[in-house]
Amino acid sequence: MAHESLGQILLNTILSGNFVLAMFLGMCPFLGVTHSVAVAFPLGVATAFVIVIASVSAYLLNWVLALAHLEFLRLICYIVVIASAVQLVEMFVKKHYPALFRALGIYLPLITTNCAVLGVALFQTAREYNFAQSLTFAIGGGVGFTLALTLLASVRERVQLADTPEVVQGTVLVLILAGVLSLAFMGFAGLGG
Amino acid sequence: MSSPSPAAFSMAPPNQWEEFTEGMWRRNPVFVMVLGMCPTLAVTVSAINSISMGLATTFVLAASCFLVSLLRRLIPKEVRIATYIVIIATFVTVVDYAVQAISLDLYEALGAYIQLIVANCLVLGRAEAHAARAAPIPATLNAIGMGLGFTLGLTMIGGVREILGAGAFFGVPLFGPGFQPWVVMVLPPGGFFVMAGWLLLFAIVRRRMAARNAGAASSVGSSAVAASSGACHGA
Repeated sequence: MAHESLGQILLNTILSGNFVLAMFLGMCPFLGVTHSVAVAFPLGVATAFVIVIASVSAYLLNWVLALAHLEFLRLICYIVVIASAVQLVEMFVKKHYPALFRALGIYLPLITTNCAVLGVALFQTAREYNFAQSLTFAIGGGVGFTLALTLLASVRERVQLADTPEVVQGTVLVLILAGVLSLAFMGFAGLGG
Repeated sequence: MSSPSPAAFSMAPPNQWEEFTEGMWRRNPVFVMVLGMCPTLAVTVSAINSISMGLATTFVLAASCFLVSLLRRLIPKEVRIATYIVIIATFVTVVDYAVQAISLDLYEALGAYIQLIVANCLVLGRAEAHAARAAPIPATLNAIGMGLGFTLGLTMIGGVREILGAGAFFGVPLFGPGFQPWVVMVLPPGGFFVMAGWLLLFAIVRRRMAARNAGAASSVGSSAVAASSGACHGA
């Protein structure tokens, strides 16, 4: 697994192995906050940013833990480091970009419990990626996450104007749309090798 | 909460039964609260995977709710979420190693999703919303009920996906060799479609029942129509 080229990993995580549509990571924001593109896109970018930070810190942490032979503490350490990283990002954004901070509001702290962030850390460990591969994996994952969120949000904006039956409105409609989107992304299968 | 203790104590048996059954159906975590969607859609390619994932989550949920409830007066408010996450992560590590020891095949099938139980909003949500405010025994009962409800939801999705996508149930082939499996059902889109299908079915049934109740209250003719159509659907 660990000999994939960087281009392959990038293509794979953005399209055929999309975090949301193929690996089901980060479903809560995917189903919850995709009412409009205006909210979904900034959230996607913020999550992508946290994913990259989490990936880098998880890589370093895994290296330290492996040195100390404490692999069984991996999960606990990852989640604590991710929570602190999110806290740091929040403080930094609040201090230097107050406008962006207000726009993101509650979604920023909620990124901590996003499976996509922890998922990146766990998958890169399980697949034994080196540093460059991990970073590419995280960037691709973040871009793919943003792409999926933005696509679903724009589809939902269109469907809101359509005349849908009353029974399917709400979660059912979002799930069906997500399924169709996922089906479309299946068309990319094999692209990343 | 603390003052009417004798009354609460006499009410205990029905109350605790209520606590236990709450998550099983009435507030099912998968279909009613729509929590913990990542494992719900990711690992439900077969019934056996779904049950294993559900039981693993149930164990983590029950154990962490018990501990959170036990420590609820000791944990400072400001750091409670971090504390809950550490507690949950500890039990998830236990489950992770236990599954690895019990069945390596299962461990490989579920992959990193066992460790992702940490980020399951259901577990953190129940710890925060219920266990932090209840005594250890009701909190644990409620958590076990929720966990079993989660298992039930996962198995309902996983069962349908396995039957349609592989023509089998719990690995036992159901149809003859001529059966052409719907491969899409075991691929990612199938998860979304089956979940949507179940929710749609429940919405339709709920609507018919509401219509039947309303019809019975208003006039005889319309109620007969509604009842017969409802019975048709039920059959």
